[in-house]
Amino acid sequence: MTDMERTISVVVNGVPREATVPVRWLLSDALRHGFGLTGTHVGCEHGVCGSCTVLVDGQPTRSCLVLAVQMDGHEITTVEGLSRSDHQGGQVLHPIQEAFRECHALQCGFCTPGFLTTIAAGLDARDPSVEITDEEVDELVGGNLCRCTGYANIKKACRHAAATMREGAKVATPAPQDEEATR
Amino acid sequence: MLGGDPHPVKPAPFSYADPVSVEEALDVLAAEGEGAKVLAGGQSLIPLLSMRLAAPATLVDINRIPGLSGITAGPDGVRVGALVRHAELLASAEAAGVQPLLGRATANVAHPAIRNRGTTVGSIAHADPSGEMTAVLALTGGSVTVATPGGREAVGWGEFFLGPLETSVHGPAVVLDAFFPALPARSGTAFAEIARRKGDYAVCGAGVVVTLDADRRVSSARAAYLSVGLVPEVHDLTDAVIGQPVDSADWTAAGELARGLVDPDGDLHASADYRRLLVATLTARTLADAGAEALTRMEAA
Repeated sequence: MTDMERTISVVVNGVPREATVPVRWLLSDALRHGFGLTGTHVGCEHGVCGSCTVLVDGQPTRSCLVLAVQMDGHEITTVEGLSRSDHQGGQVLHPIQEAFRECHALQCGFCTPGFLTTIAAGLDARDPSVEITDEEVDELVGGNLCRCTGYANIKKACRHAAATMREGAKVATPAPQDEEATR
Repeated sequence: MLGGDPHPVKPAPFSYADPVSVEEALDVLAAEGEGAKVLAGGQSLIPLLSMRLAAPATLVDINRIPGLSGITAGPDGVRVGALVRHAELLASAEAAGVQPLLGRATANVAHPAIRNRGTTVGSIAHADPSGEMTAVLALTGGSVTVATPGGREAVGWGEFFLGPLETSVHGPAVVLDAFFPALPARSGTAFAEIARRKGDYAVCGAGVVVTLDADRRVSSARAAYLSVGLVPEVHDLTDAVIGQPVDSADWTAAGELARGLVDPDGDLHASADYRRLLVATLTARTLADAGAEALTRMEAA
């Protein structure tokens, strides 16, 4: 009735995968050692620093605070899965990844994967046509620690990415006056 | 394996079960005995495993049991199932409408990523006196439903919390839900805490309920504190402000009364005296907010 090892089926970055894991493995262990996805960084390993944050069914989750065996049947997105294919053999970065580069929001890069997954999920979940507030940005990054860049450029990158997504939303949906004109 | 394991892990070895019914969970817990531990959200338990402060022989994961994930808000109060995540309770307008302390306190529980996984009932069963929801269960006079092989029973908060990380539940048992009574009429609430970083464990926190009489005078003022005692404690501060008009009540006096009633310990994060000072300040501040809200709700009713 109880097991020391289990075989789990998970979808990691869109790819269905199977692995046999010791039940005491954390999700972070399975991602790094089982699947070779070392983009997920393990910092404090008790939930405080946020570096290991990944998306479980789209929700930011500390991969050091769930067991790999609990992920059976779930979908996981790591930092490696934030970019999208451009269908020409290349990759299109998520706006927050572009913004991190643009705004110099990283130095050593250790904390970066956790910031990127957390912020990407937060930005994807909000209405892009509404301008982001400083309070929203604070809440987005408040659960992640950065020990070298500091937070000013990371917050700047959040605002930059939100602005990019806002522009994208404007292009995607016609402005109200255009709609009036076509009637 | 020692020395030869290419992937060393931090938790001590344990076996794992993921039952699909409460009865099955109780069977496993009964069969495995004292070394078995229930796993819900795991946001407190898994760090304890990784630090090897806990080394249960068996983990009984209740996440695959159906029927434990509902929030039911009725006129009497709010019932929160064992698998309701903090984030779900925070997002529930129905729950906040019946008992506003739920949303207010939950907003202070850790960070969003932790709230996505951690459960309200799990944090109550964990019985950490620095937990927000333990304090709210106490302040609202709530209870939990505990399933044992002998049946299901409601256990009041006062009977449930015995000490830090210790409850009255022993042997095979699963906490199925927590019940938070509704906010009474002509009442307001407030919740505030002081932490080094928003979302971190509070150095001190306070939740309060103020109730007025028909003439807008204070008829009751009660407070519960975080990170102050060994178990959640509720203090009645009514004596300091009884009969006073709500808009000119001496909330500072109530804060001073609270300062004398609590008996916090000092630790690395704050001395006992500093915690008493925070109790006085947070009490006066939150009572004023709760009084103003009680008045607003009374006028709107």
